[in-house]
Amino acid sequence: MINPSPDRPALPAELADLAVRARSIRRACLESIAALGVGHVGGSMSVVEALAVLYFRHMRLDPGDAKSPDRDRFVLSKGHAGPALYAALAEKGYLDRPLLLTLNKGGTSLPSHADRQRTPGVDMSTGSLGQGFSAACGIALGLRMDGPRADGTVRRCWTVIGDGESDEGQVWEAAAFAAHYRLSNLVAFTDANRFQIDGATEAVMHLRDLSAKWSAFGWRTFRVDGHDLGALDRTILSACSPDPEADGEGRGRPAMIVLDTVKAKGVPALEGKAESHNAPFGPADLEAALDAMDKEAPRG
Amino acid sequence: MADREMRAVYAQTLTALAASDRRICVVEADLARATGTGPFAKAYPDRFFNVGVAEANLVGVASGLSAAGKRPFAATFACFASRRAYDQFFLSANYAGLEVVLVGTDPGVTAAFNGGTHMPLEDLALMRAVPGLAIVEPADPVSLEAAVKLALERKGCTYLRLQRKPAPEIYGAGEAFEFGKAKLLRPGKDVVLAALGALMVGEARKAADSLAAEGIDAAVVDVFTLAPLDRAVLLDLARKTGRIVTCENHRVTGGLGSAVAELLAEEGVPARLARIGAGADEFGEVGTQDWLAERFRLTAPHIAAAARRLVKGV
Repeated sequence: MINPSPDRPALPAELADLAVRARSIRRACLESIAALGVGHVGGSMSVVEALAVLYFRHMRLDPGDAKSPDRDRFVLSKGHAGPALYAALAEKGYLDRPLLLTLNKGGTSLPSHADRQRTPGVDMSTGSLGQGFSAACGIALGLRMDGPRADGTVRRCWTVIGDGESDEGQVWEAAAFAAHYRLSNLVAFTDANRFQIDGATEAVMHLRDLSAKWSAFGWRTFRVDGHDLGALDRTILSACSPDPEADGEGRGRPAMIVLDTVKAKGVPALEGKAESHNAPFGPADLEAALDAMDKEAPRG
Repeated sequence: MADREMRAVYAQTLTALAASDRRICVVEADLARATGTGPFAKAYPDRFFNVGVAEANLVGVASGLSAAGKRPFAATFACFASRRAYDQFFLSANYAGLEVVLVGTDPGVTAAFNGGTHMPLEDLALMRAVPGLAIVEPADPVSLEAAVKLALERKGCTYLRLQRKPAPEIYGAGEAFEFGKAKLLRPGKDVVLAALGALMVGEARKAADSLAAEGIDAAVVDVFTLAPLDRAVLLDLARKTGRIVTCENHRVTGGLGSAVAELLAEEGVPARLARIGAGADEFGEVGTQDWLAERFRLTAPHIAAAARRLVKGV
């Protein structure tokens, strides 16, 4: 199993490596969408850094043994960010990178929304919003029933929901459930990119203070810049640390990390726009985005 | 021996199986008292989960448990299992290729005093539209025990339609069952009564008795699984008798009657068909089960009358 659970914040060299990984995931994801000409650019770009930190530092998994019962599980409840997940899986070695260019083409193993039966490394089929979050709770419960690994580490389930997705009532059914059953092996993220299909989340359905809501539901709640790799790493470490409110059996609160993110991060033409949710994105758009990325870090 | 309560048989069967199969878990949505899974909760408290009044999460959590290698049995009233949590069951459980057994209790008129809001007369129609799903409605305690075991062994999801009340035993202990295999309970050369579930199989048998008294020889089939449907047995009997009456505690649209109509039409079998069930434009309502069975024309006299009309050609 690779990625032994880290017990300290990432060193500068490790952060530099994570930055390279994130850039590579962002580029591969955009290339895959550009190969089709349209796709979920906005919500894919906003989760790239979180995926990089999870796949290259915190999740216990082994691409060479993708079905290992000892692996951590990951549920992309905002299933429309599938293209970002596929790029991360390719970066990690689950998929051949050229396969990314088949995204959403007939017969592909990389459908728009994540599918556990089609794609190696995908643990749950998602896309109908709210459902993956419930499933993540069930997975965390099932993993806990199996007890810790032979080396004593906790089997974790990780999941990402969207802020728009949080309109779904099922999210809050599951929120109550995870706290009630003290699923402290569940670490969740809300990708708060502040836009949903019909506009700004505050305009379409204002959910007010997400952090306060999660705290009130009985979760350990954190809030962090979702594009700051170092801050992400440190927050995940905190979320995985023993909960001071855990019971005698070590069962504590599930963790919610609210990520302040920018929709379509890294694509200047679409950044922070509702239209980026599912946008036309062709080769010229790709070149413009890659040029912008090059200004921050040379193409390597 | 008094007839065994179906819900007690369900809980006892699961509790017994769970002793040797640690994957089995039970998920309830604040209806454990109704489902009667208390004995399981007592025996295996670490494998019993109550999600509260939250059917979407019920099915979602069960799907997650399956994804983690467990074998969840999730239960709620059939109206909620079908109408309320349909997308969850369709996608998180079935589309995702997992193994969830969803138990819908109090089907059709057995919802009785809970009335029209709680009366699922369309759950079979909804479930029949889910690719690959097995749909089983056992006719007695023995076939219920078998259905639970078969659902546990099955690769894929199962919808178990379950009346809670006692049902008389039709089968002897040790009778072998298979999903997709109907049981011919009584041979007959004039007409086939094809029935699904304890209530309707019981009424069909009574109807066959009364038809025999007037010289009409009616076969009775316990359909057992609506999906997969035993096409071979139904086609064979339909060809031999030329007449078939479907009997379901459900609306006539989308369930057993529709499945048999499709089968006969596609296979070009020249058989007359009558469908016993609530009307296409009727909602459920409140009353005793007996009153409702009469109200929706599900009883033996209505089945016999339908068979008589087919046989006499009127």
